[in-house]
Amino acid sequence: MADISANGKQYASEEQLAYAAVLDWGMKLGFVVLVVTFVLYLVGFAAPQVSHEQLAQLWSKPVGEYLKATHTHTGWTWVAMIGKGDYMNFVGIVLLSGVTVLCYLRILPIFIVARDRVFTAIAVLEVLVLVLAASGILATGH
Amino acid sequence: MSRRLVMLAAVACGLVGLALSGAAWAESTAVVKLAETGSAMPWWAWPAILFVVTFFLGIVAVLGGVGGGVLFVPIVGGFFPFHLDFVRGAGLMVALAGALAAGPGLLNTGMASLRLAMPLALIASASAIVGAMVGLALPAQVVQIALGTTILGIVLLMFLAKKSEYPIVDQACPLSSALRMNGVYFDVAANREVDWKVHRTVKGLVLFVGIGIMAGMFGLGAGWANVPVLNLLMGAPLKVSVATSKFMLSIVDTSAAWVYLNQGAVLAMITVPSLIGIMLGSLVGVRLLKVASASMVRKVVIGMLLLAGSRALLKGLGIWN
Repeated sequence: MADISANGKQYASEEQLAYAAVLDWGMKLGFVVLVVTFVLYLVGFAAPQVSHEQLAQLWSKPVGEYLKATHTHTGWTWVAMIGKGDYMNFVGIVLLSGVTVLCYLRILPIFIVARDRVFTAIAVLEVLVLVLAASGILATGH
Repeated sequence: MSRRLVMLAAVACGLVGLALSGAAWAESTAVVKLAETGSAMPWWAWPAILFVVTFFLGIVAVLGGVGGGVLFVPIVGGFFPFHLDFVRGAGLMVALAGALAAGPGLLNTGMASLRLAMPLALIASASAIVGAMVGLALPAQVVQIALGTTILGIVLLMFLAKKSEYPIVDQACPLSSALRMNGVYFDVAANREVDWKVHRTVKGLVLFVGIGIMAGMFGLGAGWANVPVLNLLMGAPLKVSVATSKFMLSIVDTSAAWVYLNQGAVLAMITVPSLIGIMLGSLVGVRLLKVASASMVRKVVIGMLLLAGSRALLKGLGIWN
């Protein structure tokens, strides 16, 4: 149930409450998954792609050198290694990083129904920006 | 703070503590040599120290009224063996997690305003992608120098910037009126409803381009910059500015975090202990708020930022490695 203000009145708009509900759900799910997968990673439930010892040798290097030394590719290639202890953690990280897109998709119909064209456009543009960031096509490096 | 959240955090702490202990026990006979790791300590020692340090950073961040990221990146980047690329990736996740955790409560109570946040967050999140790409493309030394300079600038800002509880906005600007960037909230301390509106929206949008770039480049979060722009420039009440700024980080840092994640600059071994440490520290910090001396904590935070900023700058200049 949504929190309300200290005087018992509801000040948040419909779209704001809808956004908060998805955010609350996604944040909690992401956090739980992150902790569970990290514990599994630490106790060695699934062998990591990069061993703990090798990781300790490489975490002081720039990311480019780390990727080269571990033969790791950028972008969504980690999905293929999801069974590995270290990449298992990415599920929680992706949930936390992806929940905002879900929040925007949740409120988009509310703006459309209200014929709020400006905020419909802003919500669509924000989703596009976040999807572009998440797509992995924006390559960079040292 | 809900009991369930405290319990969840306590369980998380216990699980991670147990796992770290287990890993420590399992590896106790196999200390990795200095030549291999650059450190005489076993692999699990740095993540364990990171967990403890971020726990205290979480306490100090709450008491000092700053986000975790602004303390995390310069301190961990300056005093831990991790490369700045991974520290910034973790810093963004730390700032993001804090914002995600606070977001639902701030939105539900009407303290944070979605309509105020959305246009600004769109500009800032697009800029944060650029900042993240530039930050990952630049040599670490250059980023260290820029980071150190920025942190020292933040210290100056903390000294000089005034805050206005209820800024006077005689008339909303045409853009904020068109976007209906206004609202009403109940101020518990004043025991009254506060109507608010904003002005100078175009200037605010321009400044959020720069804020987004810095957030992405340094992985800092950007509450330290959001609040003055929302409060002092645009005229939002202080509580609305702080709440909306915190919520906005969940959007702005998301876009930059994706860039770091896709470039391989997010390591679970650095990110997860930091994230849990900061969150647990924040829970303790909230409880200590009632008894802590605000001015003393503020001085501690400024002192820590001064040290960390100087360290980053001198490290970048090759003077203090």
